[in-house]
Amino acid sequence: MGAVSLTNIVKNFGSFTAVQRMSLDIPEGAFVSLLGPSGCGKTTTLRMIAGLLDPSEGDITIAGRRVNDVPIHKRNLGLVFQNYALFPHKTIAENVAFGLKFRGVSRDDRERRVREALELVQLPDVGSRYPGQLSGGQQQRIALARAIVIEPDVLLLDEPLSALDANLREDMRVELKRIQQRVGITTVFVTHDQSEALALSDHIVVMSKGRVEQTGAPEDVYTTPATEFVARFLGASNIVEARCLAVDGDGVTVEGPGVGRLTLPRERAPQVAGPGPVKLAVRAEKLKLEPAGTAGTAPDDADDLILDGLVETVDYQGLAARYFLRVGDVQLQAINMIDSHPFAEGERVSLRLRPRDCTLLAGSTQ
Amino acid sequence: MGWALIRGWTVLVYLFMFLPIAVVVLLSFNASQFGSFPMTGLSLRWFAELAGNEAILRAFRTSIVLGLLTAVISTTIGVLASLALVRYRVPGRNMISTLLIAPILVPEVVLAVALLLFLNALAVNKSFALLLAGHVIFTLPFVILVVQARLVGIRRDVEEAAMSLGASPVQTFFQITLPLLSPAVLAGMLFAFTISFDDITGTLFWKPGGVETVPTQIFAMLRNSISPEINALGTVMIVLTAGLPLLGIAIARRMAMKRGG
Ligand SMILES: Nc1ncnc2c1ncn2[C@@H]1O[C@H](COP(=O)(O)OP(=O)(O)OP(=O)(O)O)[C@@H](O)[C@H]1O
Ligand SMILES: [Mg+2]
Repeated sequence: MGAVSLTNIVKNFGSFTAVQRMSLDIPEGAFVSLLGPSGCGKTTTLRMIAGLLDPSEGDITIAGRRVNDVPIHKRNLGLVFQNYALFPHKTIAENVAFGLKFRGVSRDDRERRVREALELVQLPDVGSRYPGQLSGGQQQRIALARAIVIEPDVLLLDEPLSALDANLREDMRVELKRIQQRVGITTVFVTHDQSEALALSDHIVVMSKGRVEQTGAPEDVYTTPATEFVARFLGASNIVEARCLAVDGDGVTVEGPGVGRLTLPRERAPQVAGPGPVKLAVRAEKLKLEPAGTAGTAPDDADDLILDGLVETVDYQGLAARYFLRVGDVQLQAINMIDSHPFAEGERVSLRLRPRDCTLLAGSTQ
Repeated sequence: MGWALIRGWTVLVYLFMFLPIAVVVLLSFNASQFGSFPMTGLSLRWFAELAGNEAILRAFRTSIVLGLLTAVISTTIGVLASLALVRYRVPGRNMISTLLIAPILVPEVVLAVALLLFLNALAVNKSFALLLAGHVIFTLPFVILVVQARLVGIRRDVEEAAMSLGASPVQTFFQITLPLLSPAVLAGMLFAFTISFDDITGTLFWKPGGVETVPTQIFAMLRNSISPEINALGTVMIVLTAGLPLLGIAIARRMAMKRGG
């Protein structure tokens, strides 16, 4: 059993179900992100782990102890909020020392641990200031120090970076990862920002409408989405309604509008058992654009599929460009690095697609 | 032209309101033995006389004890009621809220008579406790309004952070919520004290025989004669009721400054 586990957790608000039968096992020392769009139940889940909300059904254990009936102040957690939630009437040192007072830590130890915590977050000299005298980023570091200094069983973070501006957010992200690895603390991190989740996590839990869509390592979730929702939510994906024609020993053959017929390796289609409707998912950055006609002359991979396309819209992003292309009956998007200059609108191009970059999803009815 | 007229008019209105007060303060330093113009010289004689007047001193003591008790009780109840109304989902909280605020809206005389009739029906005699209860009811809405407004502004997550760090709900209240609430608590107390100290209508109805507060004492004295002592008493009252809130604001400022905003 992990450091934190949820078993069949349900949370109802009146007749509305915010979290639907969720089970989750978080290993000791892991950094786990709850990722999903607004309103999918991330905060609700986190608050149930924290003890700020009671689950309607199911069990929560922390460090092997069932905590359903344990109030928050006896759970030994570190909580960090979006808006820092520092105590405005206490100095930084008093803020950080707050949790130690309830743990019978002697005065000398308290001072030493506060000093160490402030050094850990690289703000050793602000102890005598008040929260109102620090910047947002500094305040969030203090909030982190205050949560970590009590050596909690779990660190719970609810969108801790989203109140910071973009540059600072990336710095803090690196900082957060460094601190978490240094302390080795089990961490649950709530975010709706996929790049944060991908960069920080050992495991990502993708949620939608109160349900877990997929759990896995960042690269697994990214390269092998289990559902259409995950494929669309993480990065930019093309989803083409297709038909599976045959499944044999090492390949799955599908045919779809625009892409024609192709054969995927069997492991790219774990959900497909036999012929029938399926969804073909291709990440936008896996579609490689080449000037029309040049493709196919020097194929480095004989399995590559070459499609003809017409550039309809170009969204220039500096380092890369995002193209909306007309390919047969469908519109596909591609994100490519820009070599010298991007392809122009109205230009004819060739698209190179490797079948093993595609994922087949069950053709659900939704 | 039009603006000049408005400006002049405004000045006149303010003069009309504040001149009498200024006159009272001025005359309290008058050496003459009549409580009116002309001034014959400056003297503190009426203040000295005031300090020697047993009845007035007794009234002062009563008013201060009454005001302090009202402030403490009213603020305690007010803080608890605000917490319940803002932080918890009490059934019928809108109605409770309205009921608690109602004494502001009801004319004081009506309130005074109602409480008196109620106590008659219960066959309870007038007493200092009754007077105190009346003042608490009357000052409670002000405390609740001030404290509630402040409490709404205290983020819940600050309290949640404290609890996550190991503070029980009670410890969280005394170490986090109450200190953050303190400017409002202070303001509420000052409000309650000054309102109680100033009150005459309710007090006239509720006070037991033989007990006088400063306002009822002045009222009683006025019935006999207009002594210059009353001017001095008025000045003391003005200093108290205007000075206390100013002092409170200064303290609140200082507290906020220390925290860097
Ligand atoms: N106290 C509550 N009463 C009723 N409904 C609630 C309550 N708290 C949350 N909800 C609902 O539960 C759902 C999940 O809310 P939650 O706060 O967990 O979302 P979230 O995933 O954290 O979203 P966000 O990214 O916007 O913070 C939402 O639809 C929300 O409206
Ligand atoms: Mg949330």
